[in-house]
Amino acid sequence: MAGVDAIGRFPTCPVCGAAYPSPTPARQRLDCLTVLEHGGHGTLTVRWDGLSMATARSDIAFLHRRAGFGASPAQLDAAVAGGYDAAVDALVGVGARADADPEPPPTFAPLPRLADVRTDPQARSTYAQMVRQQGTELTGWWVRRMVASADPFTEKLTFFWHGHFATSITKVRVAQAMLAQNEIFRRSGNGPFDALTLAVARDPAMLAWLDAGQNRKEHPNENFSRELMELFTLGIGNYTETDVREAARAFTGWRVDASRTGFQLAAKQHDDGTKTVLGKTGDLGGEDVIALVTHQPASARWVCARLFSRFAAPVEPDANPAADAMLTAYGSALDAGAAVAAMLRSPAFLASRGKLVAQPVEYVVTTLRALGLRVTPAADGSADASAGAGGGGGAGTDVAAGSGALPQRAVLAALAGLGQVPFQPPSVGGWPENAAWLTTASTQVRTRFATAAAAAANLASIADEPAAGRPDAVAHLLSLDGWTARTREAMTGAGGNPARLVALALLSPEYLTV
Amino acid sequence: MPFDRRRFLIASGVTGGLAAATTAGVVSYRELHHSAAQEPLAGGGVLVVVTLYGGNDGLNMVIPVEDPAYRAARGELAYSAEQALPLTDGFALHPAMTGLRKLWDDRRLAIIRGVGYPKPDHSHFRSMAIWQTASPGTTSTTGWLGRWLDAQARTSTGGTPGPGIWSAPAGSSIPGSAAALRAVSVGPTLAPLVVGATTAAAAVPTGPFAAPGGAIGQESRQLYRPDPADGPLAARVASSGADLFTVAGTLGPVLANETDQDQGPAGQLDAGGGDDTAATPPAASTASPSASAAPTGPTGPTAAKAGALGAQLDVVAACIRAGVPTRAYSVNLGGFDTHIMEKATQAKLLGELDAALTRFQAAVGGDPHGTAVTTVVYSEFGRRVAANANDGTDHGTAAPVLVLGTGVRGGFHGDAPSLTNLDDGDLRFTTDFRSIYATLLERVLGTEAGVVLGSKERFPRLAFL
Repeated sequence: MAGVDAIGRFPTCPVCGAAYPSPTPARQRLDCLTVLEHGGHGTLTVRWDGLSMATARSDIAFLHRRAGFGASPAQLDAAVAGGYDAAVDALVGVGARADADPEPPPTFAPLPRLADVRTDPQARSTYAQMVRQQGTELTGWWVRRMVASADPFTEKLTFFWHGHFATSITKVRVAQAMLAQNEIFRRSGNGPFDALTLAVARDPAMLAWLDAGQNRKEHPNENFSRELMELFTLGIGNYTETDVREAARAFTGWRVDASRTGFQLAAKQHDDGTKTVLGKTGDLGGEDVIALVTHQPASARWVCARLFSRFAAPVEPDANPAADAMLTAYGSALDAGAAVAAMLRSPAFLASRGKLVAQPVEYVVTTLRALGLRVTPAADGSADASAGAGGGGGAGTDVAAGSGALPQRAVLAALAGLGQVPFQPPSVGGWPENAAWLTTASTQVRTRFATAAAAAANLASIADEPAAGRPDAVAHLLSLDGWTARTREAMTGAGGNPARLVALALLSPEYLTV
Repeated sequence: MPFDRRRFLIASGVTGGLAAATTAGVVSYRELHHSAAQEPLAGGGVLVVVTLYGGNDGLNMVIPVEDPAYRAARGELAYSAEQALPLTDGFALHPAMTGLRKLWDDRRLAIIRGVGYPKPDHSHFRSMAIWQTASPGTTSTTGWLGRWLDAQARTSTGGTPGPGIWSAPAGSSIPGSAAALRAVSVGPTLAPLVVGATTAAAAVPTGPFAAPGGAIGQESRQLYRPDPADGPLAARVASSGADLFTVAGTLGPVLANETDQDQGPAGQLDAGGGDDTAATPPAASTASPSASAAPTGPTGPTAAKAGALGAQLDVVAACIRAGVPTRAYSVNLGGFDTHIMEKATQAKLLGELDAALTRFQAAVGGDPHGTAVTTVVYSEFGRRVAANANDGTDHGTAAPVLVLGTGVRGGFHGDAPSLTNLDDGDLRFTTDFRSIYATLLERVLGTEAGVVLGSKERFPRLAFL
């Protein structure tokens, strides 16, 4: 099997037996080894790469699956010579270089005020239709952007924060507000975590999602305060119920402003009395509480563990194998981007192969990118949202072979059938992981999607190979190391038919686990 | 404002602990089919769990119409004795629940009053987790029926227990597992209640359900055989893929007869559940309500009236009538988070609930397999006793649970909570919901409740069965 041959701690080189030079610089390519981490005192954590270019290619392909949406064969060809570290730098550094924006965000007509439509059935119906159409437009936009972006890492990190501060349009309803929150994740997701948390907390989508309007001086609502501590910043066990109640008082009066696009503090509803949160006492405001919780040592462990869980392998905060490197990078500046980069360079990250099931959004976007498929928005805007309801079944029926595109409604229907629609996380706890995605119903939907995607793709690169070499050509196209004997055998049934081979590849355990 | 009412997935990403979930036991399609034909539903009854997401207002469903405190607290939101459908003891059913009222008269509807749990939580997320895991005060992520499934897998009669998962001779059978059919969740995603530590229910959509056919189908069967090189997760992909063939092989033909809609899971976005856009059909309901063929005959409400929940229950009815060996089903309806303008929203939802349950009961009631069916309806909490300033109600605590079925002992069970002796404006619960679970586990599923609720549980069994 290609890939990492061995990862471990060796007192001497496992290839030549020589002692390591001392001091050994961390992360340096020695003659026979790639050093991943300097363990000190002549002990190194090394990856024994056997001078194998295949290993480097495999590692970089893995990096792109996890921290982006997969790399093309050409991208891998170009990256291999530079080595793994350079590939990390290139992937996380795209943001600074990206010029053209392939999918600028949509603009939305303002929704009428609820108070104005409440009593008029016709107006309510129009309102509901606008909400639905704008939601579809927003979701389609983000999916298209993830597929087209030259900066997949930023989209992936944006998606991570969307799941971390999980907010659903089914309650917020206002697409413009969801878009604004999404732009916060995209803009600030690789910066200081305290600033990110504050920006999200004061943004209309979160204010609406966690009932800021009901958090009044006389009747504090603990919804936001509780999720802030339990899910966003600290994790269970690192605060008390009293902390939640006291913090809720600090957030009383936080409101969406009259323009419905900004924040205001409703002074009359704000409790400016003395509170005690996590041992600090004073007339704490919401900003103070956010600064307080995000700077707790437990918060750094929590955030780093959440990142590791989603990008590498599920872990508890006290069992994060990359914690040392990540926490050092995160530092007192709470630099989330640096923590991610440190994670991607850690041996624990490369050791996490096969430990995640591709989430539906990752699966669909990675597939569309690998096959060079565009997502075509509905010709008449999003008016056919309801037609998309059948798309889970229809995806295979209205796609011209080799057309190079899938209709947006078919893509969104597949995501709905797989159980993960962007902007609609199931709850404030975000999406589940791994085995949760493997249901009988999702296998059925995935099969339809894979078949439709393979049918729509231009597979000349497969067809150009002799039939016997086509399974390997498909693995190359999808940047996979290869196939198990089982999958190879299943592929023989396809008789070299490129679309069938690709469909099987897209359904294989090898492709679905990363 | 509405809680996201449906997509309460297996477990949140933060608390999820499902990585280990695998299936156990291998049975061939022929064996399964044989068991369905020879010994359908052996050993007891069938349980159908209806989850109402959002916090259904119990006080306006089973209404204390003669209690002056009700009128005082609810004002404009209150229903009068004349408007509601009279029961006994000064209670009445919501006006929209005409079908259930008839079941009450037939003594097939039990109403357990004041159901809740200690230290009630007002968060949808946590309260629903408490109901679905049946483990208040813990961070358990396994569902109560999931633990029942785990226990079934340990004492499996349908296949090889434990790690002998791929022990069937190569080529002799379709890889798959009996566990895949013991519980079925209708809809694309699994509710946490049917997910255990090692086993989970099969998720079946309300649209047509078939394993892939043709060439891709044949090749997929090969693709989902185990391979020694698979890691644990890749093995799980393979086993769940193989389960599709098992489940679809059994349920596909059943469902094909019941539906003519050409619909996959819904792709449209929902406008937001049961608030002021409640006219919108629920997003994840996956079926066009008008499209499914009525399995109920002339007596049941139409599919259109029964809505999304009706479409789910049509699937359940079809399975039961076909005698598939499934013992527990999970379905759901959302939109009950009625903070504003509650009356119209709840009337619509309870009308749909009533039509769906009545249609379901009509479909299975006359069927030989249907006599063993017990349906339970619950929500994560009721609403506060006093109405709020927006013609709605806020998150509350205890609420009635409905249990219906041919074998049910109809009438009221449990004491009605006082409307005046409140706990900070909330009802004090009189029956722990785990008493209901224990009763259902023992008398419907034939399982010792301690397996699910802990060996030290001493929850009083109730007399509704």
